[in-house]
Amino acid sequence: MVLILGFILFQAFAGGSENTLSIPQFGEANLENRVSEHYINKSVNSETESITFNQTLNPESGSANYVTSIIANYRALDTLGEVTVLFIAAAGLAFVLGGNQKNYAFAEDASFIVRTGVKILFPLMFLLGIYIIVHGHLTPGGGFQGGAVIATAILLKFLAYKDYKLNHTGLSLLESFAGISFLIIGLIGLLTNGSFLTNFLGNGTLGTLFSAGIIPIIYILIGIKVGAELSGIISNLINA
Amino acid sequence: MAFLNQWAYIGGSIILILIGLFGVLTRKNLIKIVVSIGIMDTGVNLLLVSLGYINNGIAPILTEANASNSLNFVDPLPQALVLTAIVIGVAVLALALSIVIKIYENQNTLKIDEIRGLKL
Repeated sequence: MVLILGFILFQAFAGGSENTLSIPQFGEANLENRVSEHYINKSVNSETESITFNQTLNPESGSANYVTSIIANYRALDTLGEVTVLFIAAAGLAFVLGGNQKNYAFAEDASFIVRTGVKILFPLMFLLGIYIIVHGHLTPGGGFQGGAVIATAILLKFLAYKDYKLNHTGLSLLESFAGISFLIIGLIGLLTNGSFLTNFLGNGTLGTLFSAGIIPIIYILIGIKVGAELSGIISNLINA
Repeated sequence: MAFLNQWAYIGGSIILILIGLFGVLTRKNLIKIVVSIGIMDTGVNLLLVSLGYINNGIAPILTEANASNSLNFVDPLPQALVLTAIVIGVAVLALALSIVIKIYENQNTLKIDEIRGLKL
C-alpha cells in the first residue's frame, strides 16, 4: 500500500519536464502533452492549421472563445449532463420547500431609493445578461454566466418589492423548452452527421456574430435554462 | 524552499480544502457547515484552474489583438471544467440551504447537538 502510494507521489512530483505524468510546476504547464493543444489549434479531427481571427473560414469548431468551443461543442454531452444536474438540484429544492406554510418574504417594500434604483438597474442587467449569452462564442461569458446575471436581476426585484411573484408555470415551460430543444439539436446531429450533438450547420468566418454553427444556439438555450432555474431557486427560497 | 516555490499552488489549494474540511467536522452551526462546504469547493476549483496556468499566458480567446492560434494561450480545458464545477457548486449550495431551512422549521435551532432525533 505504502509502496503504491509512494510510486504515485514519485510519479506526480519527480521527473520535471520529461515526465508527462507529473504535476507541472506553477506556470510551467506544457500544452503539447495535453489534449488542449488540439482544442487551441482546432485540430481534434483534422490537421493542424493556422487560425486567424476574422479570416479563417469554416474551422473545425467555429468559436473564437476556446472555453466555449469545449463546453458547447467538443464536450457538449458533458454540458448536457451538467444542466441535468442543475435541473435535478432545482427540482429537489422545490420538492423540499414545496409544501411550506411560512413565508420569508419581507414585511414591507424597500425604501424609495432602492425601488427607484431597481427600476433603473433591472432592464440594464437583463440586457447585459442577454448580451453575455448571445456573445458567448466571441467574448468571455456565455450561457451559465449570462443566466446567473439574469437571475441576479430577478433577485433585485425580489429585494425591492415584497409582493413580487414569479410565474412558476411559465418558468417550468421555459426550462423544459430549452432542455428539449438542446436534446433535439443533439438528435438532429445524430440523424444528419451520425453522432450526437455534431455541428450540422456551417461554421462561417471565425469571430463574427453569426458563426460557429450550433454553438450560439446551444449556449442561448443553456442561458434560458440556467436563468429560469436560478430564478426559480431564488423564488423558492424567498417565498418558501 | 524550492519545493514551496514550484508547487505553492498545490499547497495553497490543499490548505483551503483542509480549512473547509475542518469547518465541516468541528462547527456546530448548520449554516457554518454549508459555508465550509463552499470553501472546500473553492479550493478544488483553485487547484484545477492553476494546473493549466502558463507563465505570461493570455486568456484563451481569439480577439482582434490576439488573432492567431500560435500565441501563448493558457490551458482552456481546466477553465471549462471549473465553469462546470462552479455552477454545480451553486446548485448544491442552494439545495443544502433548503434542507437547512426545513430543519430550522422543524427543530427551531441550527445547532446540530440540539437537533432531536440525531443524537444517539
